[in-house]
Amino acid sequence: MSFVEHLQIWIAAFFMLSLFSFLYKDNPFYKLAEHIFAGLSAGYYIGLVWHAVILQTMINPMIQDGKWWLFIPGLLGVMMFSRFFKGFHWISRYSLAFVMGNTAGIFLLSELHGKVIPQVQATMRSVDPSQGFGGLLLSVIIITGVISTLLYFYFSKEHKGLLGGVAKLGIWFIMVSFGAHFGYTVMARISLLIGQVQFLIFDWGGSIQQIFF
Amino acid sequence: MRTTVPVIIAFLSGFVMILAFFFNPEKSFIGRLEPEVLAWVTIVGGFTLLLGVVSIVRVNFTAVKRRKENWPYKLATLISIFAMAIPAILPSSWSPLLGTGTGSIYDWLFNYLDAPMMSTMFAMLAFYIASAAFRAFRARNAEATLLLVTATLVMLWRVPMGEAFLKSIHGDLPQYINTYIMGGANLAVQRGIIIGAAMGAAAMSLRIMLGIERTYMGK
Repeated sequence: MSFVEHLQIWIAAFFMLSLFSFLYKDNPFYKLAEHIFAGLSAGYYIGLVWHAVILQTMINPMIQDGKWWLFIPGLLGVMMFSRFFKGFHWISRYSLAFVMGNTAGIFLLSELHGKVIPQVQATMRSVDPSQGFGGLLLSVIIITGVISTLLYFYFSKEHKGLLGGVAKLGIWFIMVSFGAHFGYTVMARISLLIGQVQFLIFDWGGSIQQIFF
Repeated sequence: MRTTVPVIIAFLSGFVMILAFFFNPEKSFIGRLEPEVLAWVTIVGGFTLLLGVVSIVRVNFTAVKRRKENWPYKLATLISIFAMAIPAILPSSWSPLLGTGTGSIYDWLFNYLDAPMMSTMFAMLAFYIASAAFRAFRARNAEATLLLVTATLVMLWRVPMGEAFLKSIHGDLPQYINTYIMGGANLAVQRGIIIGAAMGAAAMSLRIMLGIERTYMGK
């Protein structure tokens, strides 16, 4: 391992241990690592936006393809910065209205066309009697689960009587789903933790062994 | 002027996207507008991200300038932002250390500082999730019991040792968890939530386009 490789591993290990030190209590090492992490993440977005958006989507097409009109969204983007100036912050509303309206237009169709209808279609099509008892049971679970979940989130009428009963069933389904999600999330986090511990033991430990022993 | 014009802009920019959906992009100007307007939104969205970063710089710079509490940490944030951003913005034709390519300062800082710290932050959540679960997962009622039992079964199912344990109870138990919990109850709830949220998003989109929803303007 070269000096640079050792240095890289030691820097990564130092900041990882600094962050893990918060498990004991808040301390200056954690604070330093946390602030550096926040700064690097913000800096990362500057690099990303500069290359993927400003250069590739705006400046290069303007210069190379003659799409001069792309200065308009650029101007709208610059207008966003008027939020920092008292008395002029209303100018940023124009840019915000453009983004909000456009996103609303995209969402209005994509949510209905790409989510609601396909999900309802998939639920209806889950009924397949040719799959035997197991398939039928699964269909019943899916259809009952979808309807009861939707009715649980229907708050325009008080959850009493039949609606109350179905909503109660809905919350049981929701609890099963949340439990499943929780189990998955825990296992994903533990998998990450194992990866970090492996780095500390094998990479950093290997570096210590090479340097000191 | 300050409120009406943004409402008109929101309506028109949304209406163009809806209209473009119904037109053939190869045969009509309106159809071709869709990718163009999407590029416009990407550009304005990019500037919005920059606005956030500029805001962070302003807040931290003021704190450092006025020597507020914990200002050295805020200085570390500022140094980190500039250490990452300045080499990324400068053209790689000047030096291989500049730009965002492999071997650049940006790439190095991301691989050896940002990415390990990001993974560590997420890994640390394992401890807090376990601690939260210890407090929340008590079989006090039927709902909490369902949550506890499902989470335990899924966690066991996801590791080889747990799967072997489940198989020792009943040979098909892991398969049943996969089919009836993950592919049955969990799928059904996710579908219900997706359908509900999508309908809500569509309704909210219509409110924004029609100018009924104006909270984004601070109204």
